[in-house]
Amino acid sequence: MSPALPPDPPSDVEPPGLPGFRSWRAVYVFVLGWFVLVVVFLALFMRIFS
Amino acid sequence: MNVVDWVVLVGTMVGIATYGAWRTRHIRSLNTYLRGHRSTGWGTIGLSVMATQASAITYLSIPGQGFESGIGFVQNYFGLPLALVIVCAVFLPMYRRPGVYTAYEFLGRRFDQKTRLLGAGLFLLQRGLATGVTIYAPAIILSAVLGWRLDLIVVFTGLLVILYTVMGGSEAVSLTHKWQMAVIFCGMMTAVIVLLARLPDGLGFGGAAHVAGALGKLNGVDVSLDPKRRYTLWTGLFGGLFLSLSYFGTDQSQVQRYIAGDSLRESRLGLMFNAMVKIPMQFVILLIGALLFVFYQVIGPPVFFNQAEWQRHARGPDAGAFVEVEARHAVATKDTREAISAWLEARATGDAAAEATTRAAMVDAHRKSTALRAEAKKVLVAADPRAKTKDSDYVFITFILTQLPHGAIGLLVAVMFAAALSSKAAELNALGTTTTIDFWRHLRPLAAADEARNVRVAKRFTALWGVFAVAFALFAGFAENLIEAINILGSIFYGVVLGIFLVAFFLRRVGGNAVFFAAVGAQALVIVMYFSLDIGYLWYNLIGCAACIVLSALLQRLLGSMAASPSASSRADSFPGASSSPRCAPRAGSRRSWADASCSSATTAITIRARPARSSVIARRASARASTSRSARRFNGNSRRSTSSRSPPTGMSERRDNCRITWNAP
Repeated sequence: MSPALPPDPPSDVEPPGLPGFRSWRAVYVFVLGWFVLVVVFLALFMRIFS
Repeated sequence: MNVVDWVVLVGTMVGIATYGAWRTRHIRSLNTYLRGHRSTGWGTIGLSVMATQASAITYLSIPGQGFESGIGFVQNYFGLPLALVIVCAVFLPMYRRPGVYTAYEFLGRRFDQKTRLLGAGLFLLQRGLATGVTIYAPAIILSAVLGWRLDLIVVFTGLLVILYTVMGGSEAVSLTHKWQMAVIFCGMMTAVIVLLARLPDGLGFGGAAHVAGALGKLNGVDVSLDPKRRYTLWTGLFGGLFLSLSYFGTDQSQVQRYIAGDSLRESRLGLMFNAMVKIPMQFVILLIGALLFVFYQVIGPPVFFNQAEWQRHARGPDAGAFVEVEARHAVATKDTREAISAWLEARATGDAAAEATTRAAMVDAHRKSTALRAEAKKVLVAADPRAKTKDSDYVFITFILTQLPHGAIGLLVAVMFAAALSSKAAELNALGTTTTIDFWRHLRPLAAADEARNVRVAKRFTALWGVFAVAFALFAGFAENLIEAINILGSIFYGVVLGIFLVAFFLRRVGGNAVFFAAVGAQALVIVMYFSLDIGYLWYNLIGCAACIVLSALLQRLLGSMAASPSASSRADSFPGASSSPRCAPRAGSRRSWADASCSSATTAITIRARPARSSVIARRASARASTSRSARRFNGNSRRSTSSRSPPTGMSERRDNCRITWNAP
């Protein structure tokens, strides 16, 4: 039986390793911000072409 | 389709499948076979998650949805980014920390074996049936349009996907997903470019978007609180969140995709990639449908897009009615085309009054044209009550076959097959893995040590599910409303499964007995409600989940009060995983994780010790001693971390002392 994968480091301390993001919380906030931007874009798109 | 199209189609499909099978032909490790290669990066994980979710129906039906109802369907995905953030922050670390193969294995460690089998069983039931539809649904459309035999399409796609999924397991699925997504992206971009190029001179993207917007096809955000509206910002945010959480968080076909990879980081980045890309991608696919709508208003759409079905009945005894509705529709189309031209000219001149007048005329002409399309469906049903009247699924494929140049037609048909194979492969992989890990290894615990045998069994189960899916798809041709039936089946079970997982993550005091009986009760409640009430089936997701959570909390309180007395406590101990036992339950106010307090696998380990064959015991003892010394060093260093991240090595017993676990060779 091959061993299980080695345990991950605690999820709240592992850095995301992305430039400009020190924590995963910052990544999540960025993704949710992007989602808000997409919704705003869709609303604007609708308003422009309706 | 000509020879060039066939070369592109067959070359792409067979090439990708052969590549996947060839690259993974030497896989012998169970880890790699079930979880994929350790070096899998976030890009591959992200594309694999995306490919699993998007089946051929996505690329066939969603442009049709945009054509028929506009881009409002995009709101259905509004809950997805939030759901993926929750999966990243809560679900994913829970799955990766103990190193499980399946989501239901996690349930076994958090609760007990019966809860694990319940979760796995519900998954196999709903996904096993749905996997037949994954092949059948696109095959029936392609066979109708291309004139190919339905059974041959089903068997060809089924055998191809079985070949590489069985050979390479999860690694082959991830590898082929990458290339299949590349084909899909290229194909969809080709379709967009050709569509824009085919728009009449002077219309362009801006003009087409204005026409689509004026005719109500670009309403992407609807903030209405009217509960009768199917797609609004609110249904998307709340309903979409719930559905996405169920699908991405608890469905093994998705979980298996993102627990692969070298680290938690890669898995998280793969999911975040999807959280960012999915809505824009769906928007583009829907926008293709909206632009197709304008394109067909200008060139004149057929009265019914499923021309095979239409022509089959148009030559019958009711031919006169068919000819009449076609003639009236042609006139209405001409009027719409002229009204669109008049409106565009009025817009160009900047005359506001003329623009308003011509716009009203255009909307009226379009309304008449739409009414005639509805009338055509009535004519079809009058000729044959069993005729298929939903033709929006045929809009995009009709455009592909009639407007694209040769070569591009082959590429776009390859897109449909690539999408069918990619989602199908992930489903087969998940079904084979769940059957092997959660059922076969549970029933044959001694065989868990034989890695080669595990891989062989996993391959056989994957092949078995593949054959079942193909057989089901062939049989499905005789069933009516099958796709809806599968969706209803999924909604009936999905909610309860999500409820079990939410209890596992957030109600840490709830034990295995409470959640198991709560899940059974919630499932019975949902089934009774389904047969006695007349509400939309999507609501059963919410009802099942809420019932499972509430009943779990109530039952745990009841069991907890029973366990407070010594006699009750001893009874509770007799159940594996009964965390109502004071000896195993976390102390009040404790912040220890579930794994510190879980006693779920103790009984399993004892069972394993009782029945080993002599020869295998000797071999395992040697490896057990080695791993015992490693484990002991690790546990002594950091008992909390280690107990939550390691599974009990097979053939070893575990002894608990105030929930601190030590491993001992038998």
